[in-house]
Amino acid sequence: MQAQSPIVNRQSTIGNKIRLYLPLIKSLQTSLLLLTGVAGYLSAHTQVNWTDFGQMLPSLFLAIAGSTILNMWWDQDIDAKMKRTHKRPTSAGQVTRDEVFRLGMAVSVIGIGWALMVNWLYGIVVFAGLFFDVVVYSMWLKRRTCWSIVWGGISGAMPILAGRVLAVGQIDLIGILLASAVLFWIPTHTLTFSLKFFDDYQNAGVPTFPSTYGEAVTRFAIALSSVIAALTMGLAAVWIGVTAGVLRVIIVLSAGLFFLAVTTVFRPSDRVNFSLFKYASMYMTFAMLLIIP
Amino acid sequence: MKISSLNRILLFATVFLAAYQIAIGIDQMDNVPIIAYTIAFGVILVAGLLLVILGFEVLDAPIVVIISTIIPLSLAMGLVWQHLASLRTSYLVFAIVGFLAVTVTRSITMQNKLPVFVIAIVHGISGMTIFLLPIIIAAKGEVRPGFAMVGIGGALIGMGGLLLSFLKTGKPILSKDRIMKLFPALLFLTTALFVAGFMYG
Repeated sequence: MQAQSPIVNRQSTIGNKIRLYLPLIKSLQTSLLLLTGVAGYLSAHTQVNWTDFGQMLPSLFLAIAGSTILNMWWDQDIDAKMKRTHKRPTSAGQVTRDEVFRLGMAVSVIGIGWALMVNWLYGIVVFAGLFFDVVVYSMWLKRRTCWSIVWGGISGAMPILAGRVLAVGQIDLIGILLASAVLFWIPTHTLTFSLKFFDDYQNAGVPTFPSTYGEAVTRFAIALSSVIAALTMGLAAVWIGVTAGVLRVIIVLSAGLFFLAVTTVFRPSDRVNFSLFKYASMYMTFAMLLIIP
Repeated sequence: MKISSLNRILLFATVFLAAYQIAIGIDQMDNVPIIAYTIAFGVILVAGLLLVILGFEVLDAPIVVIISTIIPLSLAMGLVWQHLASLRTSYLVFAIVGFLAVTVTRSITMQNKLPVFVIAIVHGISGMTIFLLPIIIAAKGEVRPGFAMVGIGGALIGMGGLLLSFLKTGKPILSKDRIMKLFPALLFLTTALFVAGFMYG
């Protein structure tokens, strides 16, 4: 058999590494958070500074990806116990823990450093997102209390605030409202998962709302948080000064969310619950697109 | 029943058309038509999203009969308010009473034919209004000819309603599978005709 050249071997090694590293950044979640950052920036309706905007995209992407990789590094033991996550490269043993840590740190440092160089306040907000996610949520609270999701939510709200801060140069009320909308949307996502994968979380010993307060309270929390997310988004849209037509669309979308939230509470089922979660995700995507023009 | 990719695209296209109509297509109108059309197209928008998320099974839910009444009632309300000024109050009363009647008769278990009778009256009057009014006023030259497309859209959605109604009564004109396959295309075409009718009317 003919030996492959060192260059071909090296290319195939790099290709394999990329294939293994890609799942570590949870591309869908990272893209959605990046989209919130873009929406936060464009919600200012100011002249786009293309140098800043062009640097925001990679710096924010790297910071979000870095924090996701560090989460996977820290939660490797939990992921290995859960059916939903046991095939991740970290828990399946395809990459070593040290390798994931080094990768996560490198990506995070580049992302945060780049963000600080673009604008110090923007950089601090981006760093806060990573700190709340990795240190407060994952390392400190996730294995101790079901309320850790609040801190996970705060961290998820940072990209939209960061985008807004970069555009307007300060933390303003609209930025806080937009961040609050994302903050209240995130429990819809995490609590739905905690219901759907209840046994998984139990096996891994992670405290969740359903295991601490029961299913009914969890469903109510999902409904309440999605309604508050919709109201906050609506309020932010009014403050941003969207047109009456756009506001009407946001009201209609919010009414749909409210309808599903009420159904979740009074006619609970896994199906309704899951549809509320899916609808809330679509709602947030559409709302982000609507506040941009 | 799984929704095909083509039907998913058609449903998303319907959602975007409805959103366009709410955001841009009804500006410059009076408050009542704006509210009425927002409700009508809003129900289409949310229904499209729910169909994408939940699939066709969502149409089996009993509440669908009540919700689907909102579309013709509010569309006809907007049309009457804009083009039949003398009947504004009467139609407003009919719309409110009709919706309440459908809600009540569908929420309580009844052995008689009253729920079917109420549905037939409410859908019949509002459906005929959506079908005939735009065509008549377009033919009279009160609006541009393109407005007749709203009437054609009304006829199409009425046809969809009939297909579903016969299916629910156990005497289907087409099989359930065929109706479900056609439904997204019908909803898209109806919404497109409404939007085009308002745009060119």
